Amino acid sequence: MALLEVRDLHVFYGNIEALKGISLDAEEGEIVAILGGNGAGKTTTLRTISGLLRPRTGTVTFQGRNIVGVAAHAIVGLGLGHVPEGRRIFTILSVEENLNLGAYLIRSQGALLRARKAAVYQLFPRLAERKHQLAGTLSGGEQQMLAIGRALMSDPKVLMLDEPSLGLSPLLARSVLKTVREVANDGTTVLLVEQNARQALAIADRAYVIETGRIVLEGKASILATDERVQKAYLGGFEAMTSA
Amino acid sequence: MGAFLQYTVIGLTVGSFYALVALGYTIVYGIIRLINFAQGDLSMVGAFIGWTLLVSLGFQHLPLWLALIAAFVIPMIGTALVNLGILQFAYKPLLHKSLWAILITALGMSLFLENAALQVWGPSINAYPPSMLPSSGFSLGPVHVTFLQVALFLTSLLLMAGLYAFVHGTMIGTAMRALAVDHDAARLMGIDVDQVIRLAFVLGAMLAAASGVMIGIYYTQIQFTMGFLLGLRAFTAAVLGGIGNIPGAMVGGMLIGLLESYTAGYLSGKWETVIVFGVLIAVLVVKPTGIFGERVAERM
Repeated sequence: MALLEVRDLHVFYGNIEALKGISLDAEEGEIVAILGGNGAGKTTTLRTISGLLRPRTGTVTFQGRNIVGVAAHAIVGLGLGHVPEGRRIFTILSVEENLNLGAYLIRSQGALLRARKAAVYQLFPRLAERKHQLAGTLSGGEQQMLAIGRALMSDPKVLMLDEPSLGLSPLLARSVLKTVREVANDGTTVLLVEQNARQALAIADRAYVIETGRIVLEGKASILATDERVQKAYLGGFEAMTSA
Repeated sequence: MGAFLQYTVIGLTVGSFYALVALGYTIVYGIIRLINFAQGDLSMVGAFIGWTLLVSLGFQHLPLWLALIAAFVIPMIGTALVNLGILQFAYKPLLHKSLWAILITALGMSLFLENAALQVWGPSINAYPPSMLPSSGFSLGPVHVTFLQVALFLTSLLLMAGLYAFVHGTMIGTAMRALAVDHDAARLMGIDVDQVIRLAFVLGAMLAAASGVMIGIYYTQIQFTMGFLLGLRAFTAAVLGGIGNIPGAMVGGMLIGLLESYTAGYLSGKWETVIVFGVLIAVLVVKPTGIFGERVAERM
């Protein structure tokens, strides 16, 4: 049994069916990429897994337990971290306060909290330099680091990242995704939603392609990267690259 | 000059009551964008619970320190429970619905508390024990300051400092500030949003209750209608300081108290309300974000 198993999720916004039966697995320590166009249902999938949305039917099984219906704040405690789309850092709080809140559930364990914070600062030294600054004054790249670091403070078994490279320069995007690979190498499972399909497939182990609420393709990342349909739809193909 | 300083002393004393009530508005608004119009009436409820203890139950004959602790702590707890009840039964079902529905419900809760108090405590003016605290004072040059004024002002400051330390120095306080920015992101940190909202209602009610008891002790008279104007004045204070902003509510409360005192001193007591609500309108027209308002994050 996989660490995280999603089975036949159907999610509605009012009468509109956003997810029409999504199923996916994530094994321990692997990076699973979720690709797809705008409005395909990638963000909805992550928000449903983390409990911010409730599916009409379907199950999300984490470590053998169905977590559908468990409150979002309790799901974090089970070991599912979620870096939401748009970073959603707490702009009026300092960098350090943002990180502290990431460890809200272990707030009474000062030593553990400090150790995790030190680990995050080691991963992102820039954050350590700016720890007393208000998070809203950080650059886009630093805000993304903070959003990831904040989620790591809960020491998740599964880290879900929604468009971590969005709005970043290509160089910064690569550096952020490289860090994601490092996090996975330390044993954390990563569920990665990315619009940058090329780079996502480069660091992922497996990938799913979602279109209008359904999974249309799945497989090993290295194989999907060479798949004709994926190339055409998400990787721009040879022609697009030369004409750009 | 002597008169000016004298009015200042009165203004700061009264202003500290407004500041406490204004903090309740601001804490709740900061978290769920609701103007809890029952805030002034919570203060009234606190004042009446305090009166019941001191007068009806005879706590005024206990040793002074014991009577005072009971007259503050028990109303604060009782009023917090009332506010939790309002949250649970009146606001919570509407939290994710229209903002208008919940705002009108808040006005309804204000009327509900007033009429409930009318039923429980009656329509007459109730008197706090006048001789419980010394009416003596001291002179600072031309200004006469009573010990009571000093004690009430310091108590207010202490409560405000306590709130500030809680909100900025503890993890739950940090979570409260995070909720002002983003509820979903807070959930993803493991924060139980409902629990923090309840905490905001408890804190707001406790501060209101404390101010109610202080008003009873200071003016020695309370009535079931006292919360209405008090609430509107404190609302003005919160808007003046920048609603959602904690230091703003403190400063706004003091400013409204001073404004009122100077108006009563130099013009006439009749103009007090006119000037205060003139300020409210002026702030809303000229700078709706208030003095410290730019730091308030907009969630909607």
